[in-house]
Amino acid sequence: MAIISYIDAVTQALREEMQRDRRVFIMGEDVGVRGGVFRATNGLYEEFGEERVIDAPLAESAIAGVAIGAAAYGMRPVAEMQFADFIMPAVNQIVSEAAKMRYRSNNDWHCPLVIRAPYGGGVHGALYHSQSVEAMFNSTPGLKVVAPSTPYDVKGMLKAAIRDDDPVLFFEHKRCYRLIKGEVPESDYTVPLGKADIKREGEDITVISYGLTLHFALQAAEKLAEEGINAHVLDLRTLYPLDKESIVEAARKTGKVLIIHEDNKEGGVGGEVAAVIAEECLFDLDAPIKRLAGPDVPAMPYSPTLEKFFMLTPDKVMAAMRELAEF
Amino acid sequence: MAENRHQAAGLTDEQVLDMYYTMLLARKIDERMWLLNRAGKIPFVISCQGQEAAQVGAAFAFNRETDYACPYYRDMGVVLAFGMTAKDMMLSAFAKAEDPNSGGRQMPGHFGSRKHNILTGSSPVTTQVPHAVGLALAGRMDGKNPVVFTSFGEGSSNQGDFHEGANFAGVHKLPVIFFCENNKYAISVPITKQLACKSVADRAQGYGFPGVSIDGNDPIEVYKATKEAVDRGRRGEGPTLIEAVTYRLVPHSSDDDDRSYRSREEVEEAKKKDPILRFSVYLREVGLLTEEKEKELNEQAAREVDEATEYAENAPYPEPESALNHVYAE
Amino acid sequence: MATEVFMPQLGESVTEGTIAKWLVKPGDKVKKYEPLCEVTTDKVNAEVPSTLEGTVAELVAGEGDTLAVGDLICYIETEGGAAAAQAAAQPANTQETASEMPAAESPKTPVASARPSDAGGAAAKAAGKRYSPAVMRLAQENNIDLNQLEGTGKEGRITRKDVMSFIERSRTAAQPVPQAEPAIQAVSAQQRTATRQPTAAAEPERVPEPSVRPAVGTLEVSVYPGDTEIPVTSVRKTIANRMVQSKHDAPHAWTMVEVDMTNLVKLRNSLKDEFKAKEGFNLTFLPFFIKAVVESIKQFPIMNSVWAGDKIIMRKNINISIAVATDDALFVPVIKDADQKSIYGLARAVDELAAKTRQGKLSMDDMSGGTFTVNNTGSFGSVLSAPIINQPQAAIVSMESIVKRPVVIDDMIAIRDMANLCLSLDHRVLDGLVCGRFLQSVKQKLEAYGSHTSIY
Repeated sequence: MAIISYIDAVTQALREEMQRDRRVFIMGEDVGVRGGVFRATNGLYEEFGEERVIDAPLAESAIAGVAIGAAAYGMRPVAEMQFADFIMPAVNQIVSEAAKMRYRSNNDWHCPLVIRAPYGGGVHGALYHSQSVEAMFNSTPGLKVVAPSTPYDVKGMLKAAIRDDDPVLFFEHKRCYRLIKGEVPESDYTVPLGKADIKREGEDITVISYGLTLHFALQAAEKLAEEGINAHVLDLRTLYPLDKESIVEAARKTGKVLIIHEDNKEGGVGGEVAAVIAEECLFDLDAPIKRLAGPDVPAMPYSPTLEKFFMLTPDKVMAAMRELAEF
Repeated sequence: MAENRHQAAGLTDEQVLDMYYTMLLARKIDERMWLLNRAGKIPFVISCQGQEAAQVGAAFAFNRETDYACPYYRDMGVVLAFGMTAKDMMLSAFAKAEDPNSGGRQMPGHFGSRKHNILTGSSPVTTQVPHAVGLALAGRMDGKNPVVFTSFGEGSSNQGDFHEGANFAGVHKLPVIFFCENNKYAISVPITKQLACKSVADRAQGYGFPGVSIDGNDPIEVYKATKEAVDRGRRGEGPTLIEAVTYRLVPHSSDDDDRSYRSREEVEEAKKKDPILRFSVYLREVGLLTEEKEKELNEQAAREVDEATEYAENAPYPEPESALNHVYAE
Repeated sequence: MATEVFMPQLGESVTEGTIAKWLVKPGDKVKKYEPLCEVTTDKVNAEVPSTLEGTVAELVAGEGDTLAVGDLICYIETEGGAAAAQAAAQPANTQETASEMPAAESPKTPVASARPSDAGGAAAKAAGKRYSPAVMRLAQENNIDLNQLEGTGKEGRITRKDVMSFIERSRTAAQPVPQAEPAIQAVSAQQRTATRQPTAAAEPERVPEPSVRPAVGTLEVSVYPGDTEIPVTSVRKTIANRMVQSKHDAPHAWTMVEVDMTNLVKLRNSLKDEFKAKEGFNLTFLPFFIKAVVESIKQFPIMNSVWAGDKIIMRKNINISIAVATDDALFVPVIKDADQKSIYGLARAVDELAAKTRQGKLSMDDMSGGTFTVNNTGSFGSVLSAPIINQPQAAIVSMESIVKRPVVIDDMIAIRDMANLCLSLDHRVLDGLVCGRFLQSVKQKLEAYGSHTSIY
């Protein structure tokens, strides 16, 4: 099986779906000729032409709104927000329109749309190229919000999202693009939305995470195993709606839970995960539910010392895991 | 004998009578809704009175079987022309389960019907404009090339979505008719406080396509301008912006009191120019409408409204737990 | 001295680069910021500038090599002894894990465990009693006394893992050590030591590897050389828990009467041989005692009650629990509807239950539904006992040894067969008055047995 990077897995998924279904098309800023500022849509313009890989004007609300109209017609658009930080002008279209279209029309219309956006920091992107914005959308019924962590998952979930009949917000951690490589089948496969995944079995502590920090957790778990601490690591994969069943099962396994995400702590998805566990697993808990997250400041600053302060690292993650194991 | 303007515009006698009836029906439904609201039977009305000519005149210019409409909340005339019925309107007003627009989930005026190619609408204004552009884009990709109608008030034409949608349509030369029903008021804010330009039509220039301003109270005039724009679209020449200048004869909605921002004299003056009145005069002049015929049409419309009201009033409400359905595909 | 030069981070999200072309060779003098080589990456083509001034010493990476950000690409010699600042400093791993084992202070190392506990005192057990919900649930489900565990968590906290390990070890515990055990319910602390010695025939086995942690409770219990550690079986554990529970819930009060058993002794002596021959088992004093008790309960039905929080439930059926001891355990089977049986019937029931107990054939039905307990403590020589109530019953009565004693009758001294009846009562349900009357009734009935008594 080929080992490819996270971003190549994205491109592969897009190419395969566009070959498979002529209704699939891509729209966004610089996605065509340039192949995307991160090269996520590299080669697709050449293969499918300008009608199916559209370089849109610089207008996020239109990118989302036009894609919504096309999806309502029956196409399967994959719109791109160049950086998750710039999704804000499109929030009205995403939340008021895409998310509610099926519900408000009593199932007469629906919106099979995917909006992709790179998020997360560690690339000297500063306040407006590093944000995690998922929390804003995590209580929007009608919308699905996903954030796959591995190349295998990102290809499978992007295909699943494109085939999904409801709108999906597809967040890709930009630091994972080239840093994370993994085995990805060249065949057609999907990974279901709405299902978390156990990335590592363990008996001592449960770690729940997604995105870049999931990889930190796995790294730390390997080191801690040498000390006799075995972490059970659950990759959320889908942030909304949460796979409550898997979360509860993972929490019950060890009774000690650490939730990790790069997003700010207060209001982040970790709070919802913790609430689910607190509600369902009281008599299985051996320690308070812990969250390790980004600090509650508006965004990740530019200067390297400040960025380092904000970002989680394998060491910070390992220290938190060890502390929980020793409780 | 007066000049036969409608034939010159390409309309048959049957069509104009059909237009007249649609306008009449829209008015009668609207009047009944206000009555029901004041009687405490329906909680909310949002009205089309005064704008029927603009709405019906424009709608008739489309192929209502294959073209799409993304109307705004006042467009009862448009949706009736596209095939919705008085019964549909009343079911929506009473928020009954059978309401085809939303099963009672949305307020009245939030039209939507896939089988009539009317895209479902919402309350945040102008969001339908980029949707219309998207429908046109998809229709082109699909090879079906429908022309798409989208309408909005002059206030809504200030929203970012109007400009972004128009720009996109202009760049990609999409067959979208941007139809602005300029009724001089955005709730209470008059046009002098709403627009920096003289006419909404002027904006089209910024987006690379033609814009025209027309008398929105003359259905034939509206039809003519819209037909021209639709034909342009079908020929692949891109979008058109039409500003139909009209007047809102009633308050914004049943929750508005227009006495607080405009004089009764102004409204009375506008009522004298009521488009339905004007059109009936024209039809009489060209011999299509006799006193008898007019009476007949009025009675027919009244009957239709009565039946619709009765039906809707007696129809069942949605089941409470049905509120949980259709969040996602089931 | 030669300074290392590393592959720098050439762009956002760039993680590696390929050396396209070296622009210098060993021996070349370079100034700071002069380009050393051309590098291609996914996103940009760039040049790597020199981080210092000096002479190129050795090219480590070759043209065409792909290196990760931070890998060594070449060495540059600088003049003077000062080392130039590095472009990319390697992050220092300052992680220190403290994993020292505190020295055990007790004279004997405690039981083998995965992690050392805070030996040396209860002071460090700050978190000892703070039990998490998981720990409490597991303890309840498995009837574990958490006082017996040592915590390996922070500040001595008992963790879920500790409880799970304890359960695991208990399951694989050594076979219960054969112990001659008296009927536990009836024995007070004093009596226990007194009676155990004569009957402790077999020395408890020396268990080679005790599989249970030493009981801690609020005291540190140390093990000294020569001590024997006996693992606690689940049966013993259950009994222990029930005893604790009974004493905890019911305020025990105690009273006794002396009974003149002389006539009963004569009666039994006259019947016993024929009984044995005819029925095939022994006629003991117990059925006579039970009969007297049951009839007295009928007169004082409050004795047959349970405490139910906001009410007292007076049971209609009289089901007498009798304590039966085996070599390694105590069982308390029940004679259902004892008031409907004759003395013979009671004798039969006692014999059957005793046999079933010895054969290990008691059913759940045999063991349940008791409303009042009768204990034949006299059978092992006791003259006074303070039995522990069999929850949820309201009282328990014991019949002590029959001993010939001088007593005063009609102002004269006589030698009579005397036995004490001891009653422990739940003072929430019963009080001295009714219990006194009850005992008087039992006494009277026992003293009324005589040659006229029919046992059938």
